[in-house]
Amino acid sequence: MTSEPAVEVESLVKRFGDFTAVDDVSFTVQPGELFGFLGPNGAGKTTTISILCTLLKPSGGVARVAGHDVALEQAAVRSSIGLVFQEVTLDDYLTGAENLRFHAVLYGVPPSQVRDRTRPLLEMVGLADRADQQVRFYSGGMKRRLEIARGLLHAPRVLFLDEPTIGLDPQTRKHIWDYVDTLRGRESTTMFLTTHYMDEAERCDRIAIIDHGRIVAIDTPSALKASVGADTVTVSTGDDEAASRALSAGLGLQTDLTDDGVRFRVEDGEAFVPRLFDHLPTGVRSVNVRRPSLDDVFMEYTGHDLRDADAGTADQFRMNAMVRGFRRG
Amino acid sequence: MTDTVLPAVPATTPIGTHQNGPLVRNARAIVMVWMRDLIRLKRTPTRIVTGIAQPLLFLFVLGAGLQHLIGTQRAGGVDYQQYLFPGILAMSVLTSALFSAIAIVWDREFGFMREMLVAPVSRSSLVFGKALGGGSVAVVQGLILVVVAPLVGVDLTVSRFFAMLGFLLLLAFALTAFGIVVASRMQRMESFQMVMALVLQPMLFLSGAIFPLVALPKWLGVITRLNPATYGIDAIRRVLLPHIAPLTIFDWTVPLWADALFTLIFGTLMLALAVRLFAKTE
Repeated sequence: MTSEPAVEVESLVKRFGDFTAVDDVSFTVQPGELFGFLGPNGAGKTTTISILCTLLKPSGGVARVAGHDVALEQAAVRSSIGLVFQEVTLDDYLTGAENLRFHAVLYGVPPSQVRDRTRPLLEMVGLADRADQQVRFYSGGMKRRLEIARGLLHAPRVLFLDEPTIGLDPQTRKHIWDYVDTLRGRESTTMFLTTHYMDEAERCDRIAIIDHGRIVAIDTPSALKASVGADTVTVSTGDDEAASRALSAGLGLQTDLTDDGVRFRVEDGEAFVPRLFDHLPTGVRSVNVRRPSLDDVFMEYTGHDLRDADAGTADQFRMNAMVRGFRRG
Repeated sequence: MTDTVLPAVPATTPIGTHQNGPLVRNARAIVMVWMRDLIRLKRTPTRIVTGIAQPLLFLFVLGAGLQHLIGTQRAGGVDYQQYLFPGILAMSVLTSALFSAIAIVWDREFGFMREMLVAPVSRSSLVFGKALGGGSVAVVQGLILVVVAPLVGVDLTVSRFFAMLGFLLLLAFALTAFGIVVASRMQRMESFQMVMALVLQPMLFLSGAIFPLVALPKWLGVITRLNPATYGIDAIRRVLLPHIAPLTIFDWTVPLWADALFTLIFGTLMLALAVRLFAKTE
């Protein structure tokens, strides 16, 4: 059972009318993995997650979660997954404990176990003393923590975290990740994460980048960074324009003039620095060499910035299409 | 925090599927969705107050004002205020049932609906639980008004009370199911006013809750008999006021069992329709 992939997607396709939101996507998530699913808004992330959670039906291909086909074995898939959505999905007028109890009942946790399972989870997310308070008096971070606890209540094999920390302050984000780390240390729950934060993406065991409905890269964060290869060097001189011309002419580099100086990309930037001095006409003020970050990786594969979190029109279209899909049933 | 003990069941065994069957799980889900509505009612006392304000206004102001104008002959052989009393019970039940059902739109907009929809329970359970929940809330709202019965001369015996309760439950359940159908076709909360104007008020005014359904223009007579709420209200009125003239369709006097049957058929049809329309991909 443990060797079976937690999530298995083969040639998945989802169309909304003429629009192809997910276009022949295939990937596998191993048990216990923290899998990052990144992409610009409107790239097909939410659609893919909705299919994996059985909220949308695929137009083609196969997706299996915990060994169950999402199109054919909905109930089995739903029992095997936990979900933390982008938006809050708690009942404000129920207490934290009541929200958990509601969830436990929906997921068939035996009544005798509900208390035993709820308590430790509430303690883990630091809400034990607020459990009997109505959720409308909670802060945004507390609601998120309660939702994470709720997502784990029925011991899912895969926990989907769809931008779990969006809109939270850095302190709260750090807390939530502390809980997630604690949890990963104890249980082997597979986690499927979407995020716009680079530091969260860095934590992943593996990352898939999706753009225009297709997977454009999938690997470990370090391998992805290595695949981008070149380092970014920024050199500031007395006359940046002259320096730029000199570097282009003398070394054949493609340079950009920025406020910080002349910027260019080379393999192994640190080893390259001494050669700079032979070719620059004016004195060097500072040199900065930066290894590729996931942001560079993201930019390389999608042409977008990872943190560009504003919902574009394509995304809006997709959301509307999805909601319509829901209602049509 | 460092010493917390996590659940002993390993994460690789989803407990839901192993411990009890779908039947038990769905039954528990129905009860939970039902209880949720009652808990929410308890937490929003203002809703209870607003829920009884309008019916009381109708009973004591409109009722007292029109009493002399109408007289006892035209009110089926009773005082107009007596006539109106079952009507305002129904008004309260109708309003509350529709409100509870339409809260579904709220759930959809604020996300809780998703929590329910991705759970491994059938949508019929969710709809059934919701109909029971909304129905119970409506009955609770209606029962609060029973305390004013003696003030308008409605003589409430134990047997009449329980007969009335039975019909109130039936009516409330049917109207909530109807409300769920309305809610499942609604997109956003803004159309709420529309539901008030196009569903709630016509249904109320055309039901015999406010005025007796006798000597009406032909078109009005027909519409009132087509209104499913008419029958539940007629039943409640006849149970509370045994001497009142019963509802007739042309020359046929509708028996009490037919009142119950029509309401039941309406409720069942609405429930079936609600299950079909309830937002979910399956």
